[in-house]
Amino acid sequence: MNKNNTTRYFLHKKYTYGKLWMLLVLASFLGVYSCASSEQMQQQSQSTLTPITEVEIPTPDPRVGLQAGLFDAEETIWNLRLLSTTPPPENFLGVTNSDLAFKGNYAIQGNYNGFMVWDISNPAQPELVIDYLCPASQSDVSVYGDLLFVSGEGLGGRLDCGTEGVQEVASEERLRGIRIFDITDIKNPLYVSNVQTCRGSHTHSVLVDPDDDENVYVYVSGSAPVRPEDELPGCSSALPEDDPNSALFRIEVIQVPLDSPEDAAIVSSPRIFEDLEAPPEHGLSPADIAELEQAKAEGRFVAEFYGRERIIPDRFVTRLLVNIVEERGGTGEPTEADSTLLRERLPDLLAEMTGGNDGEEEQQYGPNQCHDITLYPEVGLAGGACEGYGLLLDISDPAAPVRIDAVADSNFAYWHSATFNNEGDKVLFTDEWGGGSQPKCRAEDPMEWGANAIFSINGGKMNFESYFKLPAPQTPEENCVAHNGSLIPIPDRDIMVQSWYQGGINIFDWTDPANPIEIAYHDRGPIDPNRMQMGGSWSVYWYNGYIVNSEIARGLDVFELTPSDFITQNEIDAANTVTLDYLNAQGQPKFVWPASYALAKAYLDQLERNRELDMMSINSLRSSILRAENANGSRKAELLNELASEIESKASASSNSKKMNKLAETMKNLAAS
Amino acid sequence: MANESINQSRKLFLINFINYLKMSSHKIQNRYYRFSGIRTQLIVTLFAGMLISGLAGCSTSEMAVDTSSAETADQTERDFEKMEEIYWARIDSSKMSFTDADVEFMTGMIGHHAQALIMSDLAPKNNAGPAVQRLAARIINAQKDEIATMQRWLRDRNQPVPVVEIDGLILTISMEMPEEGMDDNMDMEHDTSHGMDHDMSGDEMDHSAMGHHGMDHSNMPGMLTQEQLNELGRLNGEEFDRKFLLYMIDHHQGAVIMSDTLFDTDGAALDEQAFRLAADIKVDQETEIERMKLMLRNMESE
Repeated sequence: MNKNNTTRYFLHKKYTYGKLWMLLVLASFLGVYSCASSEQMQQQSQSTLTPITEVEIPTPDPRVGLQAGLFDAEETIWNLRLLSTTPPPENFLGVTNSDLAFKGNYAIQGNYNGFMVWDISNPAQPELVIDYLCPASQSDVSVYGDLLFVSGEGLGGRLDCGTEGVQEVASEERLRGIRIFDITDIKNPLYVSNVQTCRGSHTHSVLVDPDDDENVYVYVSGSAPVRPEDELPGCSSALPEDDPNSALFRIEVIQVPLDSPEDAAIVSSPRIFEDLEAPPEHGLSPADIAELEQAKAEGRFVAEFYGRERIIPDRFVTRLLVNIVEERGGTGEPTEADSTLLRERLPDLLAEMTGGNDGEEEQQYGPNQCHDITLYPEVGLAGGACEGYGLLLDISDPAAPVRIDAVADSNFAYWHSATFNNEGDKVLFTDEWGGGSQPKCRAEDPMEWGANAIFSINGGKMNFESYFKLPAPQTPEENCVAHNGSLIPIPDRDIMVQSWYQGGINIFDWTDPANPIEIAYHDRGPIDPNRMQMGGSWSVYWYNGYIVNSEIARGLDVFELTPSDFITQNEIDAANTVTLDYLNAQGQPKFVWPASYALAKAYLDQLERNRELDMMSINSLRSSILRAENANGSRKAELLNELASEIESKASASSNSKKMNKLAETMKNLAAS
Repeated sequence: MANESINQSRKLFLINFINYLKMSSHKIQNRYYRFSGIRTQLIVTLFAGMLISGLAGCSTSEMAVDTSSAETADQTERDFEKMEEIYWARIDSSKMSFTDADVEFMTGMIGHHAQALIMSDLAPKNNAGPAVQRLAARIINAQKDEIATMQRWLRDRNQPVPVVEIDGLILTISMEMPEEGMDDNMDMEHDTSHGMDHDMSGDEMDHSAMGHHGMDHSNMPGMLTQEQLNELGRLNGEEFDRKFLLYMIDHHQGAVIMSDTLFDTDGAALDEQAFRLAADIKVDQETEIERMKLMLRNMESE
């Protein structure tokens, strides 16, 4: 990371392209670029970056057929560098490692036995700061300020952190909910309080309200069984129509006062699922729409119920018409007027029937709980992965999230988690089919099952774009399905790293939501060659230049990206200018790229890769940027401002004038800095 | 009087229509079905003890991939071997904390899942619609894997393992006995196609055929009788779809009740794998129930 830019630029080019014309670029460093001959200029006009759809990938896939082993499994890696693998401390060995959170130089790793704090200042050798023994599954972790939040769902979690479990169905010793620790001194976490919840906490999400600096909010997710009332008063698993305080069909929002976390308490239990009725598909297919149109043209009765236009079957129409005839005291065949009257009345009639207070009627509740809710406060949205549905929530009022859209999908078993792209105009949902403990990436498992589904968001509505699943088939001995991940801040691209349990981790580009492309991976063979043993990547997140992986059995892996035909060193450098003070992947941060030469060069690489600007202009801009970078004092600002104007004037010549303007903006900001 | 009868018939019609709109209102009853005669026999876990000894002898293990000298490499090798030993010992000890209720849940659920396979296997043969075929394929994939997991769970704990054999509509479950003891039951084989009854009230489960003496799955909630299976086997196309969904909703609700029962038993589901499996079965099937209800409603509106 400390190499000077010139050297790195050279190395990068040598590694990536290894082409003759590189000499020219090197020459330009030495200030002799103006002497380039016309022959060289011609070579220079050839683009050397390949569009990512055309890059060749390793075949056969080296992830197939890896040898098994716990700490000595065969591994394969592509476009990543593994910096370290650190096994869990002794008393956490053989117990499931779970989610990750980050604060400063620390990675906090959950484990069903408690949590571990790692100092990752030296990513090649993470140091264990503390292993805090306090069993509860899943021990998913989040941080905010000096507080650490830990989820407890399983039946064996104890208030006193004891390891003996709890045997009774109802016990006052059991903890299911959120544990809160003060980590002002991270070496000595202080257990300050608990918030017990009716269904415990499988996971949770911390919401930082931009308008409230006194509190944070924790959305509790989980679909485990409701606790008996004897254990936690007020918990009811009755249907809401029988008990309005039922713990079903709602989420819980905990308010945590930052000055007095011991006063943390549930402030609301919004029923965000109420009246949810989404079609079992992504939406009406063109064929469905055509059928409805045809029915209307034929004069059949069409009316909306359960949020969707449907054709009313003739047998009901006939009976309804008879009712109308009887009503006017008539007999015989219904007349045209009767038909018209029915058409007029139909919407009200249906509304009355479906919304009536008939005691016999069953209300539609939709999903019962959410698995994960990803909060993206900067865009005011949250993605709820809630059983059979993917929800889009408006979270401008943190205590009162409002559902604005819902999708369902017959290919999705169980909506697990959501990740927005940085702009907030796309969302990716994962389907944790089989709960993470089943091998769902075998060659015969369909690519739409246990996969990601990508949606674009327009005007608060989600539109399905594509599926994406780990493309390398895994053995029946490897639990594998889509799991947690996070964005990697490659500017102007939507790139994500994701866990696939024993399918390993991979990185893919979903900038084009209809055509996601895998660009890097790491995978190990199964833990056990003969049988499925729970393991693999639980969570993998990008944090300040590194990719940190919580491996269920093997511990903590730290990776970094290496330049490839998919990502240039400039793009990696630009990503690494993004620094976060802390990270909870379920509370998505908005990445902001400070103006840097790396950013400018990354934009230029992208313009070249995507064929969005002619090579002559690209090379000339590259040279000018280098010249400005090496200039001193007021000359620097002058050159940068000139460049900004030049880029703006060329913007219309590019097929991506938006990126050109971002590039110009970067120049201006560099000039001003 | 005439008016009243018109109102009456209108009311009947409306109820009929509402039922049609809400076709699939199969409310999950919060009525628990219990295995009878459970003796909560806890095998005290060695886990806590292991942890304490682990703590006492704790040497923080940090392994960098980059090991420069041969000596360090040797040391690393030894450390990994030691860690591997601890890992497997702990995995083994985690298998020692379970109750009769966990065993009965696994044993029962294997047979329950097996019937779902029989039903789902019919879908392609009986010309189910594409949506039902997809659902059935998913159920087969999911429940086959879960059966394997539950069998492994039982085998790991030295318990009798139900082995499923499916021949068309006939389900045969034989018990594979653990290597030690119980050899007097080796020949147990139970053919559930005979003597099935249709008691789904499920307040009490007939326990006489459970445990060491093989399996009788017929009294579990949501199980179809052989007649119902045969009936389903005779249906085709849309008729099959409708019946399949109705039966599968009941069947899934049965599995949900079985999971609830497990969670409602002292000391049960403390085993990590059992908790996860039962919780997953519960939530997956609840989700699928909602989806099937929706499919039924859509089917009725066409």
